Amino acid sequence: MKILVCISHVPDTTAKINFTAGGAALDPNGVQFVINPYDEFGLTKALHLKEKHGGQVTVITFGDATVEATLRKALAIGADDAVRLDGVPTDPMQVAGELAAYAKDQGFDLIICGQESIDYNGGIVPGALAALMNLPFVNACIGLEVDGSNAQLLREIDGGKEQISAALPIVIGGKKGLVEESELRIPNMRGIMTARTKPLAVTPLSGSAALTAASGFTKPAAKAAVQLIDSSNLDELVRRLHEEAKVI
Amino acid sequence: MRPDLFEHPDYYLLDELLTDEHKLVRDATRDWVKRDVSPIIEEYAQNAEFPQQIVKGLAEIGAFGPYIPSEYGGAGLDQISYGLMMQEIERGDSGVRSTCSVQSSLVMYPIYAYGNEEQRMKYLPKLASGEWLGSFGLTEPNFGSNPGGMVTNFKDMGDHYLLNGAKMWISNAPFCHVAVVWAKNEEGRIHGLIVERGMEGFTTPETHNKWSLRASATGELVFDNVKVPKENLLPNKSGLGAPLGCLDSARFGIAWGAIGAAMDCYDTALRYSKERIQFDKPIGAFQLQQKKLAEMITEITKAQLLTFRLGQLKNEGRATTAQISMAKRNNVDMALTIARDARQMLGGMGITGDYPIMRHMMNLESVVTYEGTHDIHLLITGMDVTGIPAFK
Ligand SMILES: Cc1cc2nc3c(=O)[nH]c(=O)nc-3n(C[C@H](O)[C@H](O)[C@H](O)COP(=O)(O)OP(=O)(O)OC[C@H]3O[C@@H](n4cnc5c(N)ncnc54)[C@H](O)[C@@H]3O)c2cc1C
Ligand SMILES: Cc1cc2nc3c(=O)[nH]c(=O)nc-3n(C[C@H](O)[C@H](O)[C@H](O)COP(=O)(O)OP(=O)(O)OC[C@H]3O[C@@H](n4cnc5c(N)ncnc54)[C@H](O)[C@@H]3O)c2cc1C
Repeated sequence: MKILVCISHVPDTTAKINFTAGGAALDPNGVQFVINPYDEFGLTKALHLKEKHGGQVTVITFGDATVEATLRKALAIGADDAVRLDGVPTDPMQVAGELAAYAKDQGFDLIICGQESIDYNGGIVPGALAALMNLPFVNACIGLEVDGSNAQLLREIDGGKEQISAALPIVIGGKKGLVEESELRIPNMRGIMTARTKPLAVTPLSGSAALTAASGFTKPAAKAAVQLIDSSNLDELVRRLHEEAKVI
Repeated sequence: MRPDLFEHPDYYLLDELLTDEHKLVRDATRDWVKRDVSPIIEEYAQNAEFPQQIVKGLAEIGAFGPYIPSEYGGAGLDQISYGLMMQEIERGDSGVRSTCSVQSSLVMYPIYAYGNEEQRMKYLPKLASGEWLGSFGLTEPNFGSNPGGMVTNFKDMGDHYLLNGAKMWISNAPFCHVAVVWAKNEEGRIHGLIVERGMEGFTTPETHNKWSLRASATGELVFDNVKVPKENLLPNKSGLGAPLGCLDSARFGIAWGAIGAAMDCYDTALRYSKERIQFDKPIGAFQLQQKKLAEMITEITKAQLLTFRLGQLKNEGRATTAQISMAKRNNVDMALTIARDARQMLGGMGITGDYPIMRHMMNLESVVTYEGTHDIHLLITGMDVTGIPAFK
């Protein structure tokens, strides 16, 4: 089985985010980047499937050379080879277009994306990729098993789960549930060492156009400090809830 | 213990000197420590119990022999990677780091460097996989700082050696499957012998009531007419230089490890100083507390630069014993001072097991003594610069 895992390289959730270019671009200085958590569940699932059915797990990221550290980590965790689509992505349709252009002749049985990337939270790439490749698509995927040329999937729906079957090849947008957090793998030293010699191909772009451009970002207002009012001073609490917070 | 929120300080942007692979090694080790060490270590230390499950975990992550070539089960990484792993593991606990240092530098390293091919193939893969745990017997009840005076000895009995004597303060001893033991032959020359558990006359009583390295097992190695097969002698190096060569490798790891313990104390104190309010202000707003924090980060940064350069020299095979002594001595002392100041910054909270500082502080009292005491390393530097040994 040939599996492609699309990996988005995103700031760690604890990173302090700042903008440059007059507020229109993320300032990567001092930001620690990680594998998009949704994609890490997908990668781990891909490795489970490979261990069960045999095959090959390829990881792919559209990004500049800085994303290679993230791809090497995926190789150290156990992916067989990596592809970097060489450019700076700015828009989800462009990302989907480039991924589709790369994947279309490669004969992947399964293309695993994350439900969304935690940087720009577009949630667009997986669906757009499936549409461009004319493949079935299951989003919010929390379960996946393969038997022969079919996939049995579980999708999270409001308050429940939907069982789905589909013929391979298929694109999914995955999340926690594909595997559990405790099953995520920490790369070990031998994995890191073997990752040195695994192939990481740098591929030129096909020329998919970005259809949108960000013109600015606004950070949420800083959270105000918590104010503690002594329990002996209930009148003051009521006054402030009434006059300042205006909730009572 | 509270959730482990550790973030490493990097005041001089030293991450930029590391390769992506170094950072991956460090971050993976940290992830493992946060997942498998931090949540359990306080309880094991309080109970003075060795967390056996950690052996399997350390083996899986690759902490046993990271720089030993892969054909013997190691990971074949460089010395800076080894150092960073020790930093992260000691950030969790010096006792866990001690288990690794002994296995990697004091057991696997001498078998790799002084052993023959059969010995390497027989022992190294099992030590790397954690199937076997090793110990290193140099110190004796009457010979600590002066190991050259050792009385443990072996006689050539024709088809085997007969080993007699006792070693004391031996990390991993109570559970070890193999011990690399340093003993004198009939001519008084020191050789390394591999002694296996189960050999008749070999026992390993545990040392109890330690207030330090409580999550690491320490004991004795006692040899009462132990018959050691001749093929268990390490053939390729003898004399006091052989065990001291292992210590170079372990001390290098300790120099990095101490930075981990110091960083954890600093990180904990810094966080606490912003949250703890006294006199209507976070205590971090007071000059006396800022002085402590400022000095801590200054000393950590200096220690990082020292070890990074030492790592480069070690990668090139140019690090001298005296240079390693300087880094071990400086960094462990730095970590102890930081642990003591950080402990005070937490006030009464600092003495509890809710925070890691007191555990680090007590652990570091062993680290400043083993692998050459603080005094002895100073004498090594003194000898190196004057050319005159002042040991006796
Ligand atoms: C305004 C804006 C500015 C941007 N600036 C930059 C920038 O400066 N530098 C930069 O590197 N990127 C930049 N990006 C690209 C961004 O990192 C994403 O790659 C892309 O926009 C898709 O984001 P999304 O949130 O819509 O993805 P989603 O649709 O939420 O992602 C879902 C899944 O698609 C896959 N996926 C998404 N992105 C990629 C990718 N790049 N490669 C492989 N698989 C992927 C993953 O499996 C992911 O889980 C920018 C995006 C936007 C919208
Ligand atoms: C927890 C723990 C684990 C250990 N693990 C191991 C192990 O795995 N394997 C192993 O072989 N050993 C191990 N050791 C032993 C350790 O290496 C020794 O304790 C250390 O070398 C000091 O020896 P000593 O305790 O006999 O002290 P001593 O040598 O008796 O020293 C006592 C004091 O005298 C000072 N001193 C000694 N000589 C001089 C001098 N010439 N000039 C000035 N001052 C001097 C010392 O600095 C020290 O302050 C361990 C020790 C501990 C505490």
